[in-house]
Amino acid sequence: MAYLCVKDLSLGYDGKAILSNLDFTVNEGDYLCIVGENGSGKTTLMKTLLHLQQPISGTITFGDGLSSNEIGYLPQQTLVQRDFPASVAEIVLSGCQARLKNRFFYSREEKKLAEENMERMRISDLSDKCYRELSGGQQQRVLLARALCAARKILLLDEPVTGLDPRVSAELYGLINDLNRQGITIIMISHDISAAVRYASHILHIGSKIYFGTKEDYLKTSLGQYFLQAQEVSNG
Amino acid sequence: MDKLFVYLQYPFVRYALIVGVLIALCSSLLGVTLVLKRFSFIGDGLSHVAFGAMAVAGVLNLSNEMIVVLPVTVICAILLLRTGNDTKIKGDAAIAMISVGALAFGYLLMNIFSTSANVSGDVCSTLFGSTSILTLSRWEVWLCVVLSLAVAAIFILFYNRIFAVTFDENFSRAAGVNADRYNLLIAVITAVIIVLAMNLVGSLLISALVIFPALSAMRIYGSFRSVTICSAILSVVSALGGILVSIAFGTPVGSTIVAADALVFGICWLIGSLKK
Ligand SMILES: Nc1ncnc2c1ncn2[C@@H]1O[C@H](COP(=O)(O)OP(=O)(O)OP(=O)(O)O)[C@@H](O)[C@H]1O
Ligand SMILES: [Mg+2]
Repeated sequence: MAYLCVKDLSLGYDGKAILSNLDFTVNEGDYLCIVGENGSGKTTLMKTLLHLQQPISGTITFGDGLSSNEIGYLPQQTLVQRDFPASVAEIVLSGCQARLKNRFFYSREEKKLAEENMERMRISDLSDKCYRELSGGQQQRVLLARALCAARKILLLDEPVTGLDPRVSAELYGLINDLNRQGITIIMISHDISAAVRYASHILHIGSKIYFGTKEDYLKTSLGQYFLQAQEVSNG
Repeated sequence: MDKLFVYLQYPFVRYALIVGVLIALCSSLLGVTLVLKRFSFIGDGLSHVAFGAMAVAGVLNLSNEMIVVLPVTVICAILLLRTGNDTKIKGDAAIAMISVGALAFGYLLMNIFSTSANVSGDVCSTLFGSTSILTLSRWEVWLCVVLSLAVAAIFILFYNRIFAVTFDENFSRAAGVNADRYNLLIAVITAVIIVLAMNLVGSLLISALVIFPALSAMRIYGSFRSVTICSAILSVVSALGGILVSIAFGTPVGSTIVAADALVFGICWLIGSLKK
């Protein structure tokens, strides 16, 4: 039984499908990269996997002991209301909310975990700052630290490096890779195909053509070659 | 000042102060959540529902109106939350409909069935709060005390979850937290607070009591915890000041408290502007 088993899935909005006939599985320890053009439905797919949205048809099954409170999630956009008063430390700590189970307050270990993740994302010095007064890249790092607090078995990331400077991006890829080696399963949406090819174990390409398979197989397909070349051209 | 001490010797004045402080405390706790979630509409709508229920209770000639008003308002809060979940626009329209409907229906009932000679006076005191805080029976005082302590306790126990669900509901859901359950909790607490606050300031001014302290605190502080604590303090101080002034000068209790809240907001706004 796999962690995540997607069978004949159709997804979309208001009954209109934007993607159909999706079939793929994610096993413990996998590093799946989802690639595809803007508007191809990557974010929608991730939201459907997280049950934030109903699938039109098909099934998503969690298995292998994965339960929904062991998932970390970094959304592509977080619609935080403009004036929301929340400090960095409060937001990162809220990543531990699923660990509370029947307790009311966070334990010392959970607070320590939040601090460690802030350190990892280099935002410890911002911990008392108000979230809404941070730059876009700083906000992204706060949300990442929060996702890391929640991810006990699996981490879903929707374009994690958007808005990060090259140094932090590279560090982030390294960090995600480390987590993956420690046994955390990764599902990441990325436009950065070279990074996807470098780190991922599996690739899911969605769009007019759908492909799912290991990275090595993907690179042999004409689709993979074409996509890789297109990126190299655009990178000069 | 002497006059004040004389007044403080009356038990009804002491009751009013205790109840006023407790109600002000718990109405400010959820303020931030209500301001930032769509629930501020719900709060406003519910206050009108509470007015309608009060009118029905009046017509039925119940000695204790809370028995009707509290459950009706709580049920409406749950229903409004349900409809609000589907689509935003539909939810808002439903809230507007229910709230205006309840207002009209309540006034109509009061007009047709009222036995008192001064209908518009009754309506006015239900809408804007009368001196009713000074005429609370012992039973009502106890009910207010118990309910406000319960609200405060629940808020403190669920503080972390209320913050998480208010800040980013999608993340909570993705992490496997039952966000609907906490939304329901917030709605029920809101309903209880509104019924309580109606005793203090009347149903039209409730929103002010709930929202002003939170907005004031948000001008000064940037973390959820400091804003919550600060708004609780500001709200209690305004309520105390408002009640004392209204006793000393014979002004209406509810509007005096709200005026104090507004004054505090003005001061906080100034402090906030100077800080930047
Ligand atoms: N709330 C919505 N209601 C209706 N249609 C939507 C909604 N959100 C997105 N769509 C449509 O669904 C399609 C897929 O959107 P999605 O956000 O999943 O794309 P994406 O692959 O994540 O793109 P990007 O690379 O830009 O992030 C788009 O055509 C978009 O117009
Ligand atoms: Mg997207």
